[in-house]
Amino acid sequence: MLGFERRVATRFLREGRMQTVLIIVGVAAGVAVVAYISALITGLQRNTIEKTLGAQAHLTLSPRDDVVLAARAPASAGASELVQTQPRAQRPRSIGNWRLLVPLLEAMPEVAAVSPMVSAAGLAVRGEASKAIALVGVDLDRYDRIVSLRSKVVDGTARLGPGEGIIGRDLAEDLGVRVGDRVGIVTGGVNDSLRVTALVDLGVRELNRRTVIVPLRTAQSLVGLPGGATGLDLTLVDIWSAQTLADDLAARWPYKAESWQQANAQLVAALNAQSVSTAVIRGVVMIVVVLGIASVLVVSVVQKRREIGILRAMGATQGQVLRIFLLQGAIVGALGSALGVLLAVVLIWTFTHFVLGSDGLPLFNITLAPALALRVAAIATVCGVLAAVAPARRAAKLDPAQAIRM
Amino acid sequence: MSAPAVATPPAPLIELDGIRKSYNVGMPNEAEVLHGLSFSIGHGEFAALIGPSGSGKSTLLNIVGLLERMTAGSYRIEGDEVNGLDDTALTLRRRTTLGFVFQFHHLLPAFSALENVTLPALMREGRITPARRERARAVLAAIGLGDSMDKRPGELSGGMQQRVAIARALVLEPPLVLADEPTGNLDTASSDEVFALMRRMHAELNTSFLVVTHDPRLAARCDRVLELVDGRLVHDGAAAGPAL
Repeated sequence: MLGFERRVATRFLREGRMQTVLIIVGVAAGVAVVAYISALITGLQRNTIEKTLGAQAHLTLSPRDDVVLAARAPASAGASELVQTQPRAQRPRSIGNWRLLVPLLEAMPEVAAVSPMVSAAGLAVRGEASKAIALVGVDLDRYDRIVSLRSKVVDGTARLGPGEGIIGRDLAEDLGVRVGDRVGIVTGGVNDSLRVTALVDLGVRELNRRTVIVPLRTAQSLVGLPGGATGLDLTLVDIWSAQTLADDLAARWPYKAESWQQANAQLVAALNAQSVSTAVIRGVVMIVVVLGIASVLVVSVVQKRREIGILRAMGATQGQVLRIFLLQGAIVGALGSALGVLLAVVLIWTFTHFVLGSDGLPLFNITLAPALALRVAAIATVCGVLAAVAPARRAAKLDPAQAIRM
Repeated sequence: MSAPAVATPPAPLIELDGIRKSYNVGMPNEAEVLHGLSFSIGHGEFAALIGPSGSGKSTLLNIVGLLERMTAGSYRIEGDEVNGLDDTALTLRRRTTLGFVFQFHHLLPAFSALENVTLPALMREGRITPARRERARAVLAAIGLGDSMDKRPGELSGGMQQRVAIARALVLEPPLVLADEPTGNLDTASSDEVFALMRRMHAELNTSFLVVTHDPRLAARCDRVLELVDGRLVHDGAAAGPAL
């Protein structure tokens, strides 16, 4: 197919060897930058999200906040209305009917795991030392499906039997606690003690400094919510559906639903800004690629005026001449893309092997997914064809009689 | 009883009637360069088109070659009116009916001699069949370029390039070849050689030729001479024949 056009297009490109090589290298550089930046930003964002969501649920259901309603006097002439109210202090409260809610949530296709929890503030006491803590009462197996707790154990074995607890690595260091030691827990007026079964690294220093994980029943006793759960943690199949599902659940049931995006609004804003910046860079690079190909082909049309005239005189149709130049754009785009993807692979390899953190490991894992490479290459090839449209139309419209005379 | 059938004379290969060509139509500097030319060329004719510079020879050749449109008149190829056809129809007609030989050879420099000669077939059929390739080789061999088929135009002499151009124009055996000063850029020996080749091909293939030339020696060796002066045909006849 297109035997004539293909033959002439490739010959024209081979004839202008230096010009062709330079523009293919230019396209390759553009494609490499786009592919590399895309892979880098994707890797960086995935890493950031993984670290952020490594220690928190994708979506949390909790009771709505207590509010004080404004007191209204009966409507009558001269009656005054009390409009100033004192905001109510929030106390730990249980989600009503949470045991019935869990199977309903688990049946949803978007939901991968559900874990009830009781959370409260308290103090951890060991000898003379005491530290403010975030007490979390969970069912270990369920909670493990939310934050992969077992994979975060740095010492001991994750186990939550009665009177047992798991604490953050830094908290253990602050209190001078090792696996097997006992720690006192104080919440409100209730005291208890637990034996540390494991130390965990949750990936965030503040969490490592404050987290104490105990069995759900222990937390219920400490907080004074027998049989209750202050929240339900959800892991979703697609993390990006969290906000939609949160809105949906909040509209459907009388609970507060908070997505990980709401809990990390600044992070999400930063990621969005990063994505927009990347898209702008990619767009600008692609425009430069298009302009590069177009300018080379415009020059080629001028240089090849006479040849185009001869071909037209010999019987080449305007469509055939048009396709010769569109094909040149496509060939330059395709070859540049292939070279660019290879270059991007080399850049990524260089990044992962030579840009290392203080621990000697790569800062984060980046890979060029085949789908991304194909997408970038396809876009560049299409850009090559689009870049060739104007020069090709110009070539096709050349007056053959005039072109031959030149 | 029916009347005996009268044999209709074959239509001329090309027939031009009242051809006018103006440039800058509708503008203050409008200029008419061809003033109502009429002539025809039959199958197997070998005609020269002569005239001083600026007489309109190239314009006429471009109109005959369907590269330029006339302003008024009628132009029929094998009986079909071509005036008013769109660009694609003209191009396809050009492809099947005409072959071109230009003064400056005008071969494609990126292609070898053989590839230049097979290009018309590739353009028409999208591929080169072994038969087409063999035919191109045979034509090149017949004009003495059997050993230079794989050379690029830049590696050939002017005479050789012009012979390749003639081979390219003839390879698909079009009924009419238009040659614009085919020897204008050659020395006398090469010029004679190229002209002799055209005459030979004309004799072998019965292809019609319309050759624009400034060279009276060559014009004298054509069967018919059309002389153009200031856009008017002032002579149409045998080479040494009387003026119109």
